[in-house]
Amino acid sequence: MNRLNLHTLGPIVALIALIILGAMLNPAFLAPANITNVLARSAFIGMIAVGMTFVITSGGLDLSVGSMAAFLAGVAIIAMNAVAPALGVHWGTILLGMGVALLGGLAAGWLNGALVTKARIEPFIVTLGTMGIFRSLVTWLADGGTLSLGSGLRTLYRPVYFGGIGWITWPIITFAVVAIIGEWMMRHSRFGRHVEAIGSNERVARYSGIDVNRVKLMTYVLLGLLVGLAVVLYVPRLGSASGSTGVLWELEAIAAVIIGGTALKGGTGRVWGTVVGVLILSLIDNILNLADLVSPYLNGAIQGVIIVLAVVLQREKSTADER
Amino acid sequence: MTVLALRNVSKSFGPIEVLHGVDLALEPGEVHALIGENGAGKSTIMKILGGFLDPTTGDLLLDGQPRQFTSGPQAEAAGVVVIHQEFNLAPDLSVAANVFLGREAGGFRLDHRAMREGTADLLGQLHSPIDPDTLIRDLSVPDRQMVEIAKALSRKARVLIMDEPSAVLTHREVGALYEQIDRLRGQGVAILYCSHRLDEVAHLADRITVLRDGRVVRQALRGELDENGMATAMVGRELQDFYPPKGHPSDALALQVTGLTVPGEVHGVDLSLRQGEVLGIAGLVGSGRTELAEGLVGLRPASAEIRVNGQPVHIRELRDAFAAGLAYLTEDRKEAGLLLEKDLRVNLTLATLERFGGFRIDTSAEDAALDRAVADFDIRAPRRDMQTGKLSGGNQQKLLLAKTMLPDPRIIIIDEPTRGIDVGTKRQIYAFIRKLADEGRSLVVISSEMTEVIGLSDRILVMRGGRIAGEISGPDMTEENIVRLAMGVSSEAA
Repeated sequence: MNRLNLHTLGPIVALIALIILGAMLNPAFLAPANITNVLARSAFIGMIAVGMTFVITSGGLDLSVGSMAAFLAGVAIIAMNAVAPALGVHWGTILLGMGVALLGGLAAGWLNGALVTKARIEPFIVTLGTMGIFRSLVTWLADGGTLSLGSGLRTLYRPVYFGGIGWITWPIITFAVVAIIGEWMMRHSRFGRHVEAIGSNERVARYSGIDVNRVKLMTYVLLGLLVGLAVVLYVPRLGSASGSTGVLWELEAIAAVIIGGTALKGGTGRVWGTVVGVLILSLIDNILNLADLVSPYLNGAIQGVIIVLAVVLQREKSTADER
Repeated sequence: MTVLALRNVSKSFGPIEVLHGVDLALEPGEVHALIGENGAGKSTIMKILGGFLDPTTGDLLLDGQPRQFTSGPQAEAAGVVVIHQEFNLAPDLSVAANVFLGREAGGFRLDHRAMREGTADLLGQLHSPIDPDTLIRDLSVPDRQMVEIAKALSRKARVLIMDEPSAVLTHREVGALYEQIDRLRGQGVAILYCSHRLDEVAHLADRITVLRDGRVVRQALRGELDENGMATAMVGRELQDFYPPKGHPSDALALQVTGLTVPGEVHGVDLSLRQGEVLGIAGLVGSGRTELAEGLVGLRPASAEIRVNGQPVHIRELRDAFAAGLAYLTEDRKEAGLLLEKDLRVNLTLATLERFGGFRIDTSAEDAALDRAVADFDIRAPRRDMQTGKLSGGNQQKLLLAKTMLPDPRIIIIDEPTRGIDVGTKRQIYAFIRKLADEGRSLVVISSEMTEVIGLSDRILVMRGGRIAGEISGPDMTEENIVRLAMGVSSEAA
């Protein structure tokens, strides 16, 4: 297969290089505790980025996911705190909070999708708007401060983030399952094929009898659901949410998608690439923290360089194709 | 005195030589037609002349001197201007801004008045009423072409290379184009005219060069080569029976449409289609032909009473049309028909994915379908996993036809079946269409090429202004009658 060229393998090569670099700079890098830490922290952005891959592949964009995550976390915490006196500190309460986060994600994604497909507003504008709305709502709900889960519930809920099978924690497992299902859907399902077709040329998709609006709406709903899932796993980590929760998650998720080789203009989706992209971004952060080579404050700059490089490599690939 | 010439030019891409020792001379005040099947090397020649490619061996001569253009703009500066099939105009800028694009009048501050007047002057020379302040996006296709010509003139073009300029025009607009070409010829411009339409080559060209497989196989002066002779020279064999024999439609009605209205485009059209019939629809661009078809299959909001095999059906979206056994092949292959960056398999099954597995797509069934399609429609692709956009126009069209036929429709509406494809493939497509009709399917063929509608159809409807202007069949199917109905000239006499 000549599909497996340097361009496709680029992100993986970069990932392996980073792992080798990390191991050389600090032996603690390969310690299970550090690996668990990196993967678990990647999981939130990772799940969101998998959903983002579908949205971007269909030719859309969602800037609201970071704010949406903060808002959903806030609402879930309020819901759990509200029913705790009645239901008690109980798994039922936690399950209700999880349900609120997931259903809320579904509804928020549907709102974005409906504004894009039914009201026919540019995805950039729609989600720029909802980004501001969700962020403002969570700040308002927290009255400018922090929404905290009751301490009893917090103790009960903690293992969802910190527990797991051996050193593989639940967020890592969930992320892996989401990534595998996402990759399978993009490659083998009708939905994935339709998503790629719409991003490739929406008019051709319409003339092929594909329900373009429904498929696009579904990509936003899927993304919203995955944001909800990320929130379910994020809340037990700190047990709180505030106006500064999930800031810039949207950009990290979009960056991961782009680094992974999915074109921003849509048409070709690579879920496994997105996963690699997420790992690259968290490894850079981790390595900078472990090694004294460069100030961790320059993390953003290095990530920025990587994003630009990834796009330049993509373009070189397409001009090479022209010849 | 030759302006621009190729002397013994060969061109290779990697190990493959696509042009073999081509000689071609463009004389001032002469229209030189370059014809050949797709892949014969026409576009390579145009690119070399226009400065976009260098010859591998041989010379490009400008005024008798060997020249090397390193870019299109450099060739333009020397007075060699190419008008591409896809126009190079910025849609959001005005006509004047486009004509002066890259050579704006004025210093740091633009001299809008000078540019407007200069443009008006050029358009005046072309007898075109276009307002220089209009945005390109608000212009019709022929008007855009006029702007391209004006732009070429503003660059003091001595050589004008036109790539299928009439492909996007209707009969009447083509007339206007011919007038412009005559005027440019009178002004001493050397014109290289590439076209698939042999009738217009016979009409326009002072000199004809026929290419086949990268070689010049025939050069002729006006009148030396008729259409049949050109076609024979292009394919290298006699082209007998270019159109398949007419069929024998049954009396059973496959489709009855009453009062089809597409708001603003089509006004209460009635039509009926028999089993095994090929019904042609002719008319000018803008007469509502495509809108009629798209309204019928649910791609546009429309109202109509539709019966398929006598049973009433409701078509509100394309899926409903598929369910009723209707299929539509779009005129816009590249923008509405095929995903150019995807491979053949994805394109073939896109409209019928639910037939290939449930939620999971059965790739091996798709591959089997592609095998059948490649065999049935003679799709020639070097590789299955190549991008569809890299296929020739003819093979793209065959793939699109295969895609349209995949759900096994009984009624097929084909909009411009052979736009921009070579003579050999055209003939194949005509044979496919007739074969589908002989299998008892019913076809509607919409075409701007009158010889094609006449050659293919058992019966022709001519549209004008969103209405059926008339119906002709049998010996009445002549270009003259079609034009008369399409233009609305004494329709009672037709």
